Amino acid sequence: MIDIQNLDKSLSGQKILSGITLNIADGEKVLFLGHNGAGKTTLIRCLLGEYRPDCGKVSVNGHPLASERVEALRKIAFVPQLPPPIRFTLNELFEYASKIGLCSIDKIKETSLYFGLDANAHKHKAFYKLSGGMKQKILISVAFSRDVDVYIFDEPTANLDAIGRDRFRELIGAPEMSNKTVIFISHRLEELANVVTRVIELDLGRVVRDERTLTVSA
Amino acid sequence: MSQLFTIAKLDFFESFRSRWFIGYAAVFLLLVVAIFLSGVTESRVMGFSGLTRLLLIFIQACNIILPIFILVTTVRTIAKERDSNVFEYLLSFPVPLATYYWGKVLGRLLVIWLPLLLALLLALGIGLAQGSEIPWRLLVLYTALLACSSLTFLGIGFFISVSTKSQELALGMALFIWLLLIALIDIALIGFLIQQMVPDNLIFALALFNPVQTFRIAAIALFDPVLSVIGPTSYFLLDTFGSTGIIAYALSYLCFIGFLFLSLGYLVFRRRDLL
Repeated sequence: MIDIQNLDKSLSGQKILSGITLNIADGEKVLFLGHNGAGKTTLIRCLLGEYRPDCGKVSVNGHPLASERVEALRKIAFVPQLPPPIRFTLNELFEYASKIGLCSIDKIKETSLYFGLDANAHKHKAFYKLSGGMKQKILISVAFSRDVDVYIFDEPTANLDAIGRDRFRELIGAPEMSNKTVIFISHRLEELANVVTRVIELDLGRVVRDERTLTVSA
Repeated sequence: MSQLFTIAKLDFFESFRSRWFIGYAAVFLLLVVAIFLSGVTESRVMGFSGLTRLLLIFIQACNIILPIFILVTTVRTIAKERDSNVFEYLLSFPVPLATYYWGKVLGRLLVIWLPLLLALLLALGIGLAQGSEIPWRLLVLYTALLACSSLTFLGIGFFISVSTKSQELALGMALFIWLLLIALIDIALIGFLIQQMVPDNLIFALALFNPVQTFRIAAIALFDPVLSVIGPTSYFLLDTFGSTGIIAYALSYLCFIGFLFLSLGYLVFRRRDLL
């Protein structure tokens, strides 16, 4: 599913990732761990084709990000750690997701209702004016509404209330997610312990731990 | 193609609601109103009166302020989207980079040009209400000049914004380029260069390559050139190429520069890290 070979990446002359080689199979639920600055975000941005590797290659479903970015991204849904200050209204954001991400607006609204958020009540509001939790619920709803094989969640529950966190765990644990690959970046190990099947720890841009396990220990 | 229009439409409406757009549109519309209220349409100076005079003053003001408005708003908004991780999210969707880039260009071009068109229509409305003779050729020329000039500075703005890593640097570069172009018009540095005996051909080349000066010469090309009003370089170029030649050159050159910088910007956007 995801193939990363000898990935190196420097930013502003400083090496952030060094010789990363990873293969993530269909259906794996992977937790990326590491201190701040370990290289987790840079790795995800390489995976999304937003950073170009200095050397090495990244591919998703056999599509190299460097040459077949759009084909690779059709299979990936991403939720960032901090919802960005997008100035679209909710309606416009849904239109973008639907036309570009090829998903149904009704499904996004249904999923956000499942999270306890009535998107229709806020459809003319600018996305950036919503509360942190509402923004996170919207982005998670958009991700779950897309027909993809890989989900990337960067601290997905950081802004969510208790109900939101429960709903998120339910969706991740749903039977239809069993063959989907999910990558989490999170420091909340206890919340994901029952879901994660593999833990990869980064330190100073290198993989220092890679364990397939059903029990996660900090 | 539908994705490109979606991005153009979303960028258009997003800009349409923003404070910078309200300020930008207000400046050009109020400028027309202010020129009208100042009474210049009633007076005759150097043979110009009525709507012709209003348009002439409006276009001279646009010549100076339009570039800086377009440069500052373009470089800031795009650099801001990258700095604040809006790009990180929106570009994680399977959108071709060409579609995203050119969609934003299209949306932004409409946003920039629409208030200018409205300002010209407002001037036309004032002229009609006053019963003035309508200078149609001038109106058409100015509409085209403003569209081409918008494209030029949008292109330069996009190029700066994708080539720089921070909003501050992009803004600094935009201001520097604007000052340089303003300094190189007839009434400023070129006058000084002539005084310093810089070779004529170099001065004429500078005038022809400077989009602000090219715009300026074309804007007065339909009138009888008067040396003391239009400056020595413009006078010489108009006398040499004729008004039709200068107008044709200005419109094509402004479009060429716009597309050149937009294309260079796209190449940089495609080849570098997106964030």
